Amino acid sequence: MGVRTWIEGWPVYRQLTGTDPLGRGLAAMSPRSAELRPRTETADSMARSVCPYCAVGCGQRVYVKDGRVTQIEGDPDSPINRGRLCPKGAASKNLVTSKFRQTRVRYRRPYSTEWEDLDLDTAMDMIADRVIAARAARWEDVDDSGRPLNRTLGFSGLGGATLDNEENYLIKKLFTALGAIQIENQARI
Amino acid sequence: MAECHPVGFQWVMAAKERGARVIHVDPRFTRTSAVANTYVPIRAGSDIAFMGGIVKYILDNELDFREYVLAYTNAATIVSDDFCDTEDLDGLFSGYDPELGVYDPTTWQYEGHEAAVEPRDPAMERETAMPMQHESHGPGVSARVRRDETLQHPRCVYQLLKRHFSRYTPEMVEKVCGVPRERFLDVARAWTENSGRERTTALVYAVGWTQHTTGAQTIRTGAIIQLLLGNVGRPGGGVMALRGHASIQGSTDIPTLFNLLPGYLPMPNAVLHPTYSDWVTSICHPEQKGFWYKAPAYCASLLKAYWGDKATPDNDFCYGYMPRLTGDHGIYKQVLDMIDGKIKGYFLMGQNPAVGSMNGRAQRLGMGNLDWLVVRDLFEIESATFWKNSVEVETGEIVPEECPTEVFFMPAASHVEKEGTFTQTQRLLQWREKALDPPGDARSDLWFFFHLGRIIREKLAGSPLRRDRPILDLAWNYPTHGPHEEPSAEAVLREINGYAVDTGLTLRTFGQLRDDGSTVCGAWIYCGVFADGVNQANRRRPGKEQTWVAPEWGWAWPSNRRILYNRASADPEGRPWSERKAYLWWDETKGCWDGYDDPDFEKTKPPTYRPGPEAEGTEAIAGDDPFIMQGDGKGWLYAPSGLLDGPLPTHYEPPESPVRNPLYGQQANPVRKVYDRPENITHPSPPEPHTDVFPYVFTIARLTEHHTAGGMSRYVEHLAELQPEMFFEVSPELAAERGLTHLDFGHVVTARGAVEGKVLVTDRLTPLRVGNRAVHQIWLPYHWGPGGWSKGDSANDLFTMVLDPNVLIQEGKAGTCDVRPGRRPHGKELVDYLNEYRRRAGNLEYHQTPIITTDAVHESHRRGRPDDGS
Repeated sequence: MGVRTWIEGWPVYRQLTGTDPLGRGLAAMSPRSAELRPRTETADSMARSVCPYCAVGCGQRVYVKDGRVTQIEGDPDSPINRGRLCPKGAASKNLVTSKFRQTRVRYRRPYSTEWEDLDLDTAMDMIADRVIAARAARWEDVDDSGRPLNRTLGFSGLGGATLDNEENYLIKKLFTALGAIQIENQARI
Repeated sequence: MAECHPVGFQWVMAAKERGARVIHVDPRFTRTSAVANTYVPIRAGSDIAFMGGIVKYILDNELDFREYVLAYTNAATIVSDDFCDTEDLDGLFSGYDPELGVYDPTTWQYEGHEAAVEPRDPAMERETAMPMQHESHGPGVSARVRRDETLQHPRCVYQLLKRHFSRYTPEMVEKVCGVPRERFLDVARAWTENSGRERTTALVYAVGWTQHTTGAQTIRTGAIIQLLLGNVGRPGGGVMALRGHASIQGSTDIPTLFNLLPGYLPMPNAVLHPTYSDWVTSICHPEQKGFWYKAPAYCASLLKAYWGDKATPDNDFCYGYMPRLTGDHGIYKQVLDMIDGKIKGYFLMGQNPAVGSMNGRAQRLGMGNLDWLVVRDLFEIESATFWKNSVEVETGEIVPEECPTEVFFMPAASHVEKEGTFTQTQRLLQWREKALDPPGDARSDLWFFFHLGRIIREKLAGSPLRRDRPILDLAWNYPTHGPHEEPSAEAVLREINGYAVDTGLTLRTFGQLRDDGSTVCGAWIYCGVFADGVNQANRRRPGKEQTWVAPEWGWAWPSNRRILYNRASADPEGRPWSERKAYLWWDETKGCWDGYDDPDFEKTKPPTYRPGPEAEGTEAIAGDDPFIMQGDGKGWLYAPSGLLDGPLPTHYEPPESPVRNPLYGQQANPVRKVYDRPENITHPSPPEPHTDVFPYVFTIARLTEHHTAGGMSRYVEHLAELQPEMFFEVSPELAAERGLTHLDFGHVVTARGAVEGKVLVTDRLTPLRVGNRAVHQIWLPYHWGPGGWSKGDSANDLFTMVLDPNVLIQEGKAGTCDVRPGRRPHGKELVDYLNEYRRRAGNLEYHQTPIITTDAVHESHRRGRPDDGS
């Protein structure tokens, strides 16, 4: 290491002679921090999304590297939030990568005290059987006066305000075709 | 707003920087109050009294925007001679039926139209939250009405309004709301002075208004003020609902709600709509003005979307397949039915009722008595684990080894792991691109319900049963892609938008929908979101490169209109009310409406257009009728139909209140929906005895750092760290009265439950002088439960389930309670503790709330029918 390099490696020298007299930027950087790049620059891809919390609808940019979400930022293009996010929106990377996130089907048998593992396809098949049975158990063709009812009171659904329009559309369509009228969501609270 | 919609609040701050005055009215001093110019503390549940006082102030001082009011509202319309007001009947309107507990609205109609009231069943309308079906439009009312343009007729709406609110004086506001009259008058002056030709005032609310037994009427009071001041349909005006979930607007527009179909079409009712024609006619009201006239096209196109080729004009588009309502099938009724063992299975999709819904114990007891429960969520929320970690497990009311509920936890894809649209609070649809695949077994709800439907259809294939035809004939062929066979969200959005059956081309506007089966459309109000085969919700032209209205960011229903009823931003002749507030105007040379937004009006209909005497529907809308969804084309100061608890808002006390209603003998909303059962006890309120056992008012709200029932925040490290534990706020005066110490434990008690947390003694809450006594209010956040990084008691356990009659939304913002120092009892001791409270408050287990508290009920009933009255 030459003397010049040694002197220039001294932050106070850089602070006094460079463009950063307050020592809060370039002058204070170590070789390591000088080489750091924002995750938004090094990402493999970016998707344009919308914050999942409240109904303001802030635009988000979701950065992905090596199959993992590495950063979520406010979308500066959005005329709604102009790049800003609140504490929740700013924590939404933590939401999707939380270590509490449960990514396997869990099954609790009647009268059991523990969860068990269950294969996804088996679970889907079991749920379909239970829907068919509950639907039949409380099916109503007509009322006391013979007017058509075409419905079941055997099962119900709750939720939708956190889902997509397309999802709510399919849920209502499927429930209606099954005659299942008991469906509600957060709009009722 | 700064707490719960912080990024939206930046625009309030931007307005403040430009000179706007920000006024915040709230029971508790919040982060909004901290930056507002004026903060007004108010007693929870007294908003109608406060705003009723403003209506009176406007009318007494003739501060209404007279030209706007005359031209665009029903102020001049004459109401039936048979109508009796709350002024005459001690807080009731004419027509109350004490047996059914509902009103017959016949006498509320416009003059000459009393007989035209359709056969109605108000009890059924309450059970099915029927007024909600009119959310985006006006209920049935004739286009041809008698008016007095001088506003002097004693029965014109203007005079009725004046009389109705005559007792809402500043002194009365002080007595009811606990707001000193000078502070009230300061708000009244500011609001009126900042409204008119040159200026507009925006009114912003959230569920602090909706979650009351008078919620719909509270919002109506706000709308009345805004109409009187000319603040509707104009930039910087309006009544803005700040909704609380990413797509709660979408899940109302395309509803997962029992009483609605997409686009606010009503679910068929077994009694009212036995045939297709009955159903369609009940929506389009052939005698009235407006765009609901075309409902047959919306209905036929929806049934075509459901049953495809099977739906033809000859079979009434498979209307016979539609299930029918017969009454209340809402969530609270469902919970009680679960407790009674009537419901076998329950799907939860991103909702956590064990924490988020009123009377949490009833919710959990219901879930503990099912055959099966499917929970779709990112985390093992309390609604998935109630059988092992709820308060009831602690008290022995749920014993895991005896709990029959089979639980499937199905992991969900997060918002970045699927594509689709959210509809935000201003009706704006925004498409989300998918960033990556969901992990493990996690799947989108689109995937789950599409494949569940597919499997059920496969299992039922070949069934000879008539009841299986609707599911087997369902149009359920969506293209799928990828290794998990994910259905195409764009294909679903395309069906929602609608297309022509013959060409398959997407439609541009709901005006193209037909009632002959030649069009398919899953939600008529969303028609245009896929115009020209392009996903319009995915438009992202940067805000900086557009006008301030930003019409090329996303897509707003209907037809990408950003301000509803924007025809009202111009005067009757089509000129902007002022240059400063110009938004839409009639361009004579081009022969069309022009401006910053898509006109919420027929584009080429001139201001001078007048309908002929026989005109119906859209043709009957005059060139100066901005309220194109209302049957008379006018903004409604007075609602002759569509609301079950009266044509005008009236202050009633919350169903649990420490005070007697200072305004009328009628204590609480006489039409509210109650479920008096041992699992759902309501405390006594005046004039009943024993009101001293629960002497304080409590209210709940959100924190910036948490979200609703905590399912998306307590499981997130950063957010849990920011707000790490349950607490509640009390004033220094209440702390002294009850011996509560700052940062020590304390607990809040009701007949439903007890909730502990750290006590925060703060002057953010202040005792209010209501009448001749001090009313103390306690504030709690409601985010906690036994799961996640940060655990705590659930504030919603404190509430009872009592509902607004119009939309069946619960009183979730005002109740009565006691508060004590120290932790609450745990385990079986908690049951004894609550039983002791119930005993002291008058053996509440079988307490039946008195609904009517005035003798005027008989007079109201007698005057309910013109032929029975005077």
